[in-house]
Amino acid sequence: MDYLAIQILNGVQLGLLMFLLAAGLTLTFGIMDLVNLAHGSLYMMGAYFAWTLIGWTDSFVLGALLTLPAALALGAVVEAVVIRRLYARDHLDQVLATFGLILFFNELVRVIWGPAGKSIALPAFLSGTVEILPGLPYPAYRFAIIVVGGVVALLLAWMVQRTRTGMLIRAGASNRRMIGALGVDINLLFTLVFGLGAVFAALAGLMAAPILSVKIGMGDDILILAFVIIVIGGIGSIKGAFIAAMVVGQIDIFGRAFLPDLLKTFLSNAAASTAAPAISQVLIYLVMAGVLVWRPTGLFGPRT
Amino acid sequence: MKYGILGAVTIAAMAFGASGALAQSTIKIGFISTFSGPQAAIGQDMRRSAELAVEHLGGMAGGKKIELIFEDDQFKPDVGKQKSEKLVQQDKVNFVTGYIWSNVLLASLKAVTDEADTILISANAGPSQIAGELCHKNFFSTSWNNDQTPMAMGQYLQDRGVKSLYLMAGNYAAGKDMLAGVRRTFKGQVAGEDLTKWPDQLDFSAELAKIRAAKPEGVFVFYPGAHGVQFVRQFVQAGLKDQIKLYQVFSIDAITLPQQGELALGSLGAQQWVNDLPNDANKRYVADFRKKHNDYPSYYGAQAYDSIMLIASAAEALKGDLANKDRVRAELKKANFKSVRGGFSFNTNNFPIQNFYIQEAVKDADGKMTVKTIATAISKAKDPHFEKCPMK
Repeated sequence: MDYLAIQILNGVQLGLLMFLLAAGLTLTFGIMDLVNLAHGSLYMMGAYFAWTLIGWTDSFVLGALLTLPAALALGAVVEAVVIRRLYARDHLDQVLATFGLILFFNELVRVIWGPAGKSIALPAFLSGTVEILPGLPYPAYRFAIIVVGGVVALLLAWMVQRTRTGMLIRAGASNRRMIGALGVDINLLFTLVFGLGAVFAALAGLMAAPILSVKIGMGDDILILAFVIIVIGGIGSIKGAFIAAMVVGQIDIFGRAFLPDLLKTFLSNAAASTAAPAISQVLIYLVMAGVLVWRPTGLFGPRT
Repeated sequence: MKYGILGAVTIAAMAFGASGALAQSTIKIGFISTFSGPQAAIGQDMRRSAELAVEHLGGMAGGKKIELIFEDDQFKPDVGKQKSEKLVQQDKVNFVTGYIWSNVLLASLKAVTDEADTILISANAGPSQIAGELCHKNFFSTSWNNDQTPMAMGQYLQDRGVKSLYLMAGNYAAGKDMLAGVRRTFKGQVAGEDLTKWPDQLDFSAELAKIRAAKPEGVFVFYPGAHGVQFVRQFVQAGLKDQIKLYQVFSIDAITLPQQGELALGSLGAQQWVNDLPNDANKRYVADFRKKHNDYPSYYGAQAYDSIMLIASAAEALKGDLANKDRVRAELKKANFKSVRGGFSFNTNNFPIQNFYIQEAVKDADGKMTVKTIATAISKAKDPHFEKCPMK
């Protein structure tokens, strides 16, 4: 029972991290109709900014907090310099240009921070364990990710559902032309959405950094998963991204934690321990394929 | 059109390359390792050691100048293969050495040993296939076969009466060999086993929860370089260090210790070379390395140092004339050099016969993290695959 609880928490933690990354991606794709492959680069820049700022301030919390405005600034600059020119282009041009951004950022990091990768050490109060239930220890830092990720998800939900900005974002997701026609400053809305996405990506990057280490191309691996999540959730839907991220997090942990034992009930030990890692790696994609057959636009995607 | 240009370049390279080979006055050694990304620290250690070996040789072997050409495999098998091809086809090197990763080595092997008939000396990777059925007259190792180091660890734990172990490694060629190796000698209960996605999985939360639930006496892991740093960190963060002993191969070493720090203290591992082995060649290597770089060298470096020394011994014996490859191979096979690990001779499959030691992560007199030898696990060990090798 304890074991199950821990694994579910692990899935939630992974899911929340993925959600932060997917939230920005689904907004830019859904509202701005922009395929942004460089979203993973913003995640990476978040981690490198955090490494530098934590070093400067000598405080994990302060450095992490300063990373967010830095990421917002970076997002705004990238939007103004490159992304803005891409709105009128088709998806192929966007893919090419943002792929170029990936190469640019990877090289930039190599020039500024060197090729070797960095690691962020945790402060003492986050490096131990906390007892979430009596006799059930859980790593403190992972618990902190759950708390921060959960709070941010709630804030985002509140903003999208209850504020005027959120209303415009939702309107933009369902009919971009119409809100332009109603006199809303589309450019401003787009810059805001892109900057917001950059902040969330950077937050995910900086929170993942102490667990996953800071390295060149760290965002490229995880970007594919983020795309899977927004496709499952439905492009443009924050709610969909959240639910899909939670599902993907649980599936990933399930594949690693329970699948080997499950397979051993009807396969030989050797066959099961070879098959389990292979199956758990494709499980997420199988789920995506299943969802797409059932609902071609994703769980909460626009109905046509 | 693209192919047209490519073809022209190839023809030009062949023409120039052929004329270059005739007038070769240097010994060219191609060196493949990882010089970028999170595993670049390993490549740097190997490069520093190879350069130190050339320095110790006075830059010469058999009356010829030694030229090292370093290439970055970027930790990717396809890139490693491409760079290996570049070294043998374009640079026309006499030897290719280096190779941290088994999957990179396996991808590059044929291009070097078969297609280019060039001698490859692995300074780290030792996949079981090459020790067995894929063994090759052009392949030599100054490291070990993947199975051997975990076999030494398993033997030690078996002798110590450890009852149960949980096994973990990355899901690739070396990871599978490592777990097979520990199972060969450790006969106690295997409480669980995980092969994790390699190289992208750095989060071990699910596996650590399984370890906690399985309650083994010890955990055995194989996570080289950056992965070892993350594993040890997460293992301690999960509060497991006080309950379960951590045993490892290639996961706590001079590369990872600066980042693992005291978290690694007291963990045991196995290795064929340790920085405190009491032979003269080793004392000189370690002392000069530390003087130059203010850091301990790792076994990756020691193996790279040995690979250069091995090449130099053959070149010396042949007075720099490397044209006859049969004679070069015969000289290499003699292993007539002073290895920093002490005793060293080649088995029929061109893998070393050597001792394996148990080492503990400790602090040195200056408070710096390092490893020290605490026991000899196996003496004059041969790998378990050599009988499958058709070479006699």
